[in-house]
Amino acid sequence: MQNTLIAKVENKPGVLNRVASLFRRRNFNIESLNVGRTENPDVSRMTIVMEGPDVDARKVEANLYKLVNVLDVQDVTNQPAVIRDLALIKVKSTPEHRAEIANLANIFRAKIVDVAPDSVIVEIAGTEDKIEGLIELLLPMDIVEMVRTGQVAMLRGEAPGIRHTPGANGNNQPKHYKK
Amino acid sequence: MKKTGAEIVLECLVREGVEVIFGYPGGAIMPVHDAMLRYPIHHVLTRHEQGAAFAADGYARASGKVGVAIATSGPGATNLVTGIATAMLDSSPIVCFTGQVPAHLLGGDAFQETDVTGITLPITKHNYLVTRAEDLAQVIQEAFFIARSGRPGPVLIDICKNAQLDEVEFEYPEDISLPGYRPPSHADPAHLEEAVKLIAEAKRPVILAGHGVQMSGATAQLREFSEKTQTPVGMTLLGLGSLPASHPFSLGMMGMHGNAYCNQAIQNSDLLLAFGMRFDDRVTANLRTYAPRARKIHIEIDPSEVHKNVKVDVALIGDLKTILNDIAPLLDPGDHEEWLEQISEWREESEARDILSWPSEEKLHSAHVVQDFWQHTGGDAIVTTGVGQHQMWAAQYYNFDQPYRLITSGGAGTMGFGLPSAIGAWFAHPDKEIWTIDGDGSFQMSLPELATAVQEGANVKILILNNNFLGMVRQWQEFFFDKRYAATPLTGPDFMKLAEAYGVPAKRVSERKDVAAAIEFARNTPGPVVIEYLVEEEDSVYPMVAAGADLDDMIRRPITKQKTAPAD
Ligand SMILES: Cc1ncc(C[n+]2csc(CCOP(=O)(O)OP(=O)(O)O)c2C)c(N)n1
Repeated sequence: MQNTLIAKVENKPGVLNRVASLFRRRNFNIESLNVGRTENPDVSRMTIVMEGPDVDARKVEANLYKLVNVLDVQDVTNQPAVIRDLALIKVKSTPEHRAEIANLANIFRAKIVDVAPDSVIVEIAGTEDKIEGLIELLLPMDIVEMVRTGQVAMLRGEAPGIRHTPGANGNNQPKHYKK
Repeated sequence: MKKTGAEIVLECLVREGVEVIFGYPGGAIMPVHDAMLRYPIHHVLTRHEQGAAFAADGYARASGKVGVAIATSGPGATNLVTGIATAMLDSSPIVCFTGQVPAHLLGGDAFQETDVTGITLPITKHNYLVTRAEDLAQVIQEAFFIARSGRPGPVLIDICKNAQLDEVEFEYPEDISLPGYRPPSHADPAHLEEAVKLIAEAKRPVILAGHGVQMSGATAQLREFSEKTQTPVGMTLLGLGSLPASHPFSLGMMGMHGNAYCNQAIQNSDLLLAFGMRFDDRVTANLRTYAPRARKIHIEIDPSEVHKNVKVDVALIGDLKTILNDIAPLLDPGDHEEWLEQISEWREESEARDILSWPSEEKLHSAHVVQDFWQHTGGDAIVTTGVGQHQMWAAQYYNFDQPYRLITSGGAGTMGFGLPSAIGAWFAHPDKEIWTIDGDGSFQMSLPELATAVQEGANVKILILNNNFLGMVRQWQEFFFDKRYAATPLTGPDFMKLAEAYGVPAKRVSERKDVAAAIEFARNTPGPVVIEYLVEEEDSVYPMVAAGADLDDMIRRPITKQKTAPAD
């Protein structure tokens, strides 16, 4: 099973290193980790996907909160969320094959974004399943190269994610500490 | 007002109430040492940076304040590492400053550059690399706050040389904004009620008191809880002193070398109340068979410790003292006479086996030395230790009645901790009696700090239990490796001559009848004193729970050698 967590972190140098180091040290197996900017220039957002039968999301969340730069963690696994992954797939293709690839891309609402004499690059965004589906069909045509961004996730509407350790980051306390 | 970065460091330290810093100078930190001369802060020159970190740790534990260590870049910084890891595993609040090459040289392998923030990332609560003098005041204020609040721990600040030298406008920040760092204080009231229900239903409750009791200042609350609910209290190594050893509800230490009756009580309990402890493997032994019939309530400030080793029924996340205050009015008086009776029986059986009831004519036993030492210091000394058998004997036979009287490396088990942490403790309490109980191995790891003690006139007494072995490892070899004593026989120097070379008065004792006189000699001689006890070489610490065994499956002291009537 896949677990997906969203972590909001301070946008400061070294924060990604702290998170990565934590995962290594605590032996958390990460399937993908995506970091990006947000609506707030001081905040970055991580989407963390973990795969495996005994992923303990609570444990991961509680450990993330040990990092001073982690602002908020939510578990969006099985929650109403939009989850997207983007892939670029370079496929071997002689001019005769192009139409077939274009056809497949169309069905998956993917795009051909580059055409070279003997290859094309297909771009596809979507859920894991959808991307896996296209990859399966492209495999026989000889995939030369592929890159995936890892998933990004956003909850729908006002729905909150799951917080396994309420109060972990003093959620019920004032935001600014006075000494 | 314009100030150099180095001056800003000192300005901030003064405002944090820092009076003493333990450190070692070098090129990349020279501006800070230079500025120190103009501020009312005493710098203690240790003989190794590791000693500085240990001393800062000892100071922190003895004073309840933040300890400060300082070192230069490169090797100076890496020499701090073991001390930082030690503080991390024992949640001890220290702030370490290190010098760093100028910012424009970072990453270029300049002379004495090491990536110390990278190296210490997993062994600090937080760390900083400061490249601009403007950032110093904010960072230092945050560092002290982070070090001492929540679950305390070490924080490191690596300061580029240019940031120490540059002159900038100094303004002390009014308050701290750490949006990602908000330690919890009160627990969820709903969880409190669940806990109260379990407490009311319990017939055989046991409190497990950890370091958190002392760190949150909850010793009075613990005592009140224990007395009201009639619940006996077992303590972790770092929890010793949470409840006075002389209190009738004290079960003493739990775990690998804990009291047998304490471990038996835990294994037979129907409710464990874990207060500020983390179910370390040294206290649980085999997790699969740990307290099998007990429900568990865990009060803990660090949510990542909850359900980590032991799944609990109720978790109260927050500050222990706050939570115990919140829960106190909800508790009904308990009555567990039968249970306490049962524990008394186990206790009597334990005491009958105890080495204290052994004869003391032939050999000098470390346990006897510690027992006599306890009596002669009225149980009131601050005792630091190295790591090994002597550490366990200190824990077992010095009956700690007050918090922070035992200062020892628990989580990391770092040899060499004893003398430097005693020096640190002396700076926190120059008025108190400070002793280190050290092994001959552990002492030799930090013996250069004898000169530090002499230079500072530190009134620390060094009690060496010399068994000519790395005793604890030897014990494991005896029990689990067919007595193959690989790399454990240890030749020491002549400690009397060594002490003399340092100008330190010293005495050597090999018989029990002289134990007390030597202690009195040390107490009546100002400044550092070395007392060496030549103890039984192949003595072992009992009881012992072998690694992976069940908590109540203990190797006990062989009963055959025992005398029936207790010796005086
Ligand atoms: C820095 C460090 N190195 C190695 C060890 C492993 N170790 C644990 S106890 C011990 C022996 C300690 O000998 P000593 O200080 O003489 O004390 P004793 O056990 O004889 O009382 C050793 C080597 C350790 N805990 N710390």
